[in-house]
Amino acid sequence: MSVGIVMLVHTALDRAEQAARHWASFGCPVVIHVDASVDRETHSAFVKSLSDTPDILFSKRHMCEWGTWGIVAASQSASELMLTQFPEVRHVYLSSGSCLPLRPVEELIEYLGNRPRTDFIESATTADVPWTVGGLDKERFTMRFPFSWKRHRYLFDRYVALQRRIHFRRKIPNGITPHMGSQWWCLTRQTLSAILQDPDRETYDKYFSKVWIPDESYFQTLTRLYSTQIESRSLTLSKFDFQGKPHIFYDDHLQLLRRSDCFVARKIWPRADRLYQAFLTDAAGALKKTEPNPGKIDRIFAKAVDRRTRGRAGLYMQSRFPNDGWDNGVTSGQYSVFQGFSDLFEDFEPWLEKTTGARVHGHLFDPDRVQYSGQQSEINGALSDSALTRDYNPKAFLTSLIWNTRGERQCFQFGPNDSQEICWDIAKDPNAQISVISGAWAVPLFKSNRNFADIRTEAALLQKIESEHLDILRSYFAKARIRIWTMAEFIEAPMEPLQSIIDEIGHKTLHRLAEVPKMSDLSGFGKFLQNLKNQGMHPHLMGDFPVMLDEPSANQKPRKPYLVQ
Amino acid sequence: MGAVQSYRLRLQRKRWRIRAFRKRRELSSIADRTSTIKRDDILVFSTLRNEDVRLPYFLDYYRDMGVNHFLMVDNDSSDGSVDFLAKQPDVSLWHSRKSYKRSRFGVDWLNWLQTRYAHGHWALVVDPDEFLVYPFCDTRPLRALTDWLDASSIKSFGAMLLDMYPKGRLDAQPYRAGQDPLEIAAWFDSGNYSIQKNKKFGNLWIQGGPRSRVFFPDKPALAPALNKIPLVKWDRKYTYVSSSHMLLPRGLNLVYDEWGGEKASGILLHTKFLDTFSTKAAEELERKQHYSGSVEYLAYSDSAKDDPDLWCKWSEKYINWRQLEILGLMSKGNWA
Repeated sequence: MSVGIVMLVHTALDRAEQAARHWASFGCPVVIHVDASVDRETHSAFVKSLSDTPDILFSKRHMCEWGTWGIVAASQSASELMLTQFPEVRHVYLSSGSCLPLRPVEELIEYLGNRPRTDFIESATTADVPWTVGGLDKERFTMRFPFSWKRHRYLFDRYVALQRRIHFRRKIPNGITPHMGSQWWCLTRQTLSAILQDPDRETYDKYFSKVWIPDESYFQTLTRLYSTQIESRSLTLSKFDFQGKPHIFYDDHLQLLRRSDCFVARKIWPRADRLYQAFLTDAAGALKKTEPNPGKIDRIFAKAVDRRTRGRAGLYMQSRFPNDGWDNGVTSGQYSVFQGFSDLFEDFEPWLEKTTGARVHGHLFDPDRVQYSGQQSEINGALSDSALTRDYNPKAFLTSLIWNTRGERQCFQFGPNDSQEICWDIAKDPNAQISVISGAWAVPLFKSNRNFADIRTEAALLQKIESEHLDILRSYFAKARIRIWTMAEFIEAPMEPLQSIIDEIGHKTLHRLAEVPKMSDLSGFGKFLQNLKNQGMHPHLMGDFPVMLDEPSANQKPRKPYLVQ
Repeated sequence: MGAVQSYRLRLQRKRWRIRAFRKRRELSSIADRTSTIKRDDILVFSTLRNEDVRLPYFLDYYRDMGVNHFLMVDNDSSDGSVDFLAKQPDVSLWHSRKSYKRSRFGVDWLNWLQTRYAHGHWALVVDPDEFLVYPFCDTRPLRALTDWLDASSIKSFGAMLLDMYPKGRLDAQPYRAGQDPLEIAAWFDSGNYSIQKNKKFGNLWIQGGPRSRVFFPDKPALAPALNKIPLVKWDRKYTYVSSSHMLLPRGLNLVYDEWGGEKASGILLHTKFLDTFSTKAAEELERKQHYSGSVEYLAYSDSAKDDPDLWCKWSEKYINWRQLEILGLMSKGNWA
């Protein structure tokens, strides 16, 4: 009989009774502290139900509100009772009514028997713990907290603010160094009695009773004064969420808990019948040895915290709708936007698809219809090709498309003919790779069979739209990877820009580009631009196109596509 | 949000409560078993009209989930719904002959019943064709969820409406009473939803899915709202504003995270599109008792005549909640 269990209980008394009987049946004495907020009737019924076991005692009751001194007072009274009533007890294990022993009690007894002088208590200085919630780490030791955090949050917050403002500081008694850690510990009789019988205990109690969440620091700090051997970890498996609340274990965690290397787990959902069945009553099952794998448990709960605080990047849904700038990624994956390429090259889209292996769409923001690759009427996620539906919420359209096609890179064409509302969202998205050949929209006009007056009006409009778009792309807020060439620049040496775009898309080709798209025949284009100028419209986005260079001559053959060296 | 705006919303909330109080007279009790409701019971609130074929499966689905009592309003059914419900030991039934539209689509009636019976309970508001799915619903009862919400001080739980539909014509596979409607309407749209924030009430406004895709491709703004907050730890001061889409006080509408994280959420599988749909649509068109001149039903009946197939190549077949979570339609949040 070397281990005594101190159990703090406030709800689910039937489960607490079950656990207490389990400990007692293996010869571990149990002292139960029942929260003073439990009504007298329930309490006496509970006491009576356990009166048949001599090794289960009840200690003086305190009011236990989260974050207040009551929980420490309760642990003190119960521990004192344990130490005086059961002189054989060597280790005292602090647990709660919602704790469940995961491994056979004999194993715990044997384990502690082999380490008779070791105190198991998580205890770290405030500077070294990342898990304080609410910004109160050091301050919880230097301020006063007379107001309840749960019931009088407003007063609590105001009083903290006031103390910060007037630089109020409490003195820490006797120069002790505050330590913090899990409130569930297992201490030796020597250490525990030294703390409880300390001549300065009154000073410490008085000090800690005004500390914020003293159950995470009272024993953790004072143990440091007396213990000869501290193992700074808790034997109780306890996982906390992003707000510092303990995660709850359910029936479906059974296999996971079997693989824990901890002796006790909390908190268990009181109605998790299968867990109680498996670990308390089913002795054969509990004894079944499984290789401990606590890493798996850690991963699952760390992921939950990450999901709650950071979420899945690029996902917009009913319970994740980040404010502007808080999305940690506008979209869920990288994609490429090409402006002017399909105007300048005759077969740009099939070429790009072949070269990169990505999915290449036409003009997704075409004003009449969403031009999905392969002329589909719907695409992944049943996203429709209706232009009106798309324009109703262009950002939702784009983010849905990228989300729905996770794992496959999307490329699409864009231009001044398209609906422009999406421009800012793309420009601000670090996942976007935007390549622009400015002024290339003039090529289709140049090839069209339209009246020149119409062409002139259209050209003026498109130039204005593209110019505004370029302003966005060059703005300070743009986060996309943006490349802009004037058309004149681009056709001078088209290989290099194409190569760098393809390289960035990251399709693994060892060779340099073997095949390039076929460029439109531009003979006469310079003249065309000059005509626009002559009509009073100044096309400036194309760069400098000399009029004379491409003057058609009778003996010149049509230009050949570019070839690669 | 200024003091004036907040005061206005407060007045609005009171107005809806008073309206619900007045509308209580339109309800006559048929079977009142509310005395059997215990302190912690989880309650379902529902209005219905001519749904007898759906009711057996509906009740069993939620009983299995751990719902303790059903409080239902029958809006003048002419089939066997009333007889069937009156016989159920865990159903309290009211009847109203009055206008569904004038009771703001049943909201006033249910607001009243909730004020009266749901105070301090977890209350779930669902139609007989809506089936709640929440994280871990295959291994944990609804009580596990509400206990966790209580422990996390969360008062409302969002569950988006997900329209389910069969492959092929709606009338190809007849639905039998007691059958799982998901055996027929097994498909859904996974990624074509559009979300906007409602600044006034703070809720999200979600549209999309097959109804928007097939019935409203040219008028997406008219597509029905899919955001729902069906599960609330009810207080008699609360009130639903329009269907179960939004509530007052507005803090209850904040079922989403604004700082990049994900809150826990569920899905309401909406099995409206069975063979019963066309008769229902015809009847509802006649009665003109639905939103904005039944524009929804008008659009349905127009398209339903030409091509009643909602299924497309990219439709997803429903498997379980984990699939919905992976697709990003719902989330476990920090419930693990």
